[in-house]
Amino acid sequence: MTRQGKTWLIIGAVFVALLVARGMIGQGLGRVYVKRSEVIVKLPASSTSAATISWQEWKQVPPLEFDAAQKANPAQTEISFSWPRTIGLWLAAFFTLAIFSFLYADNPFYKIAESLVVGVSAAYWGVIGFWDTLVPKMFGALTPGLVKSLVQPSLLDPENMQQISMVFALILGVMMLWRLLPRGGWISAWPLAFIVGVTAGLKIVSHVESDLMAQAAATMKPLVVSVTDASGAINIWASWWASVANVLLVVGVICCLAYFFFSVQHKGVVGGAARVGIWYLMITFGASFGFTVMGRIALLAARVEFLFDDWLWLIDPNHFRGL
Amino acid sequence: MSSANFNNTNASARPWFERLDRIDRRWIFLLMFLAVSGPILWIGVTGKTLPEAPTMAARAVFEEIDHLPAHSLVLISFDYDPASAGELQPMATSLVRQCAAKNLRMVFIALWPLGNQVAQQTIQDVIRDDYPALKEGDDFVNMGYQAGNEAVMKLLLTDFAKAFPKDSRGEATSNIPMLKDVKMASNFPLLISVSAGYPGSKEWVQYVISAKNDEMNFVTGCTGVSAPQLYPYFPQQIAGLLGAIKGAAEYESMVNASLAVDGVATAPKYLQAQRRMGPQLVAHLLMVGLIIVGNVIFFARKRRGAA
Repeated sequence: MTRQGKTWLIIGAVFVALLVARGMIGQGLGRVYVKRSEVIVKLPASSTSAATISWQEWKQVPPLEFDAAQKANPAQTEISFSWPRTIGLWLAAFFTLAIFSFLYADNPFYKIAESLVVGVSAAYWGVIGFWDTLVPKMFGALTPGLVKSLVQPSLLDPENMQQISMVFALILGVMMLWRLLPRGGWISAWPLAFIVGVTAGLKIVSHVESDLMAQAAATMKPLVVSVTDASGAINIWASWWASVANVLLVVGVICCLAYFFFSVQHKGVVGGAARVGIWYLMITFGASFGFTVMGRIALLAARVEFLFDDWLWLIDPNHFRGL
Repeated sequence: MSSANFNNTNASARPWFERLDRIDRRWIFLLMFLAVSGPILWIGVTGKTLPEAPTMAARAVFEEIDHLPAHSLVLISFDYDPASAGELQPMATSLVRQCAAKNLRMVFIALWPLGNQVAQQTIQDVIRDDYPALKEGDDFVNMGYQAGNEAVMKLLLTDFAKAFPKDSRGEATSNIPMLKDVKMASNFPLLISVSAGYPGSKEWVQYVISAKNDEMNFVTGCTGVSAPQLYPYFPQQIAGLLGAIKGAAEYESMVNASLAVDGVATAPKYLQAQRRMGPQLVAHLLMVGLIIVGNVIFFARKRRGAA
């Protein structure tokens, strides 16, 4: 056995031993309980079948609720232990740890988790594309009767223009797929040109409005601001800080623009402004980095909280188990 | 600090800064794990959270919702999925809670496929569990996911029912009582987006708010990665902004304070964001420490090189 193999074996053995020990202390390890409820829906009067339909729903409940129900009536079956959801919980914990294990070194557990994420994501997007776009929008417009009777009874009748536009979309879709054929791959350039044209048209107008005009207007601020309080008197400190904020904003915009203005050599006043612009940019990048770190730590904290709370039952911040 | 690249022959002869520079990065991962897990355990056991001082951007979100008269329509877009829920779910929960407590009529939509599921879960956790008097169809409705990104936003500007022809239960939009007077997006005095990226807050500003800025207000909560791109829009185009988990914690504390009842503790599910600020504090201190150590190593090497 290689040195790395031995290390993994030791880590795995220690981990399993800790898990078993945790399972034997106190309330044990993560379990999921569900509560059964009956859903009864009244069908419209026009329906030819039964007047109502009903089914059972299972809602996850805190273990505390299961304990209370068991104490009240040990024979109750309304709230029960759920094997499928408990297995799901343990799988979620396993895959979380499998992904984290990459931080130590690449390994088969990480590879399995990674492959599963890629496979499930691809399949999920395929299903979403089919059921949320192709079926209701394309087939639902072209063959509404068939879609209604087979898969989506609640489908609304398409408008006439919708059918015509979907015929156009279908033709473009077929043209796009033409590139898979050995000949005539150039035909797919036409729908691509359509997509590029429409996207550019949509984006140019909105970007000019929101990112150029509105932002330019937002930069035109008074450099000296007087802030008055409720009694009408000028608040000197608030006025001072509001003025400083506006000055910093206007100077920042001008200096950053100077840095990206390459038609004049960065010397003298322009060079000085460009240097100040670099400082502004560096501070911006620092703020972006700080926000990114904050976001990533929040995600890590959520996963660690899941492991400690839902899986290991070490903590109980939501008071689900009455620890 | 580089990854494991040991040369054991001269390890003890190396100066301290070189030894630190060559430390195995997995020690840093372990330190980060401890920095995050320690406060989680401590907060989980004691139940204590850090105090929050709301900033202007978070206060603006609270005030925008607070100033709306009861029964006003609010369009809430869930533009994220479970991958970002750790960061965004606390703010989504608090936003829906404040709207429900204010008795606003909420219309939920999703431009991300899994946004529909997270919206449904939020409705269950907040509205159905704590505000059972609110009726689906009269006080709130989930219109579900609609594919099309910006095209859906553009369509909302002119024809709401065309963009969302039915709700997530399959009920036609024209039959939903609370939507009988809704023709287009500008019929909603307030738009709220909880956004993890594309399509999300930026697109709402570009395609909807830039066209209807004088008719409707827009507040948003976003991930840390996208927050710097959105701050330039505040306060002209985005009236209020919750940047990452810090913004969520500030806003959550304001909502909790406004809905506090004497002698009744806030439910733990409404403290998620504030709980996650503990690990943030310690992890950030670690990051700052590592950056300082990295700089000290850099200048020490430079000095040694010059000597």
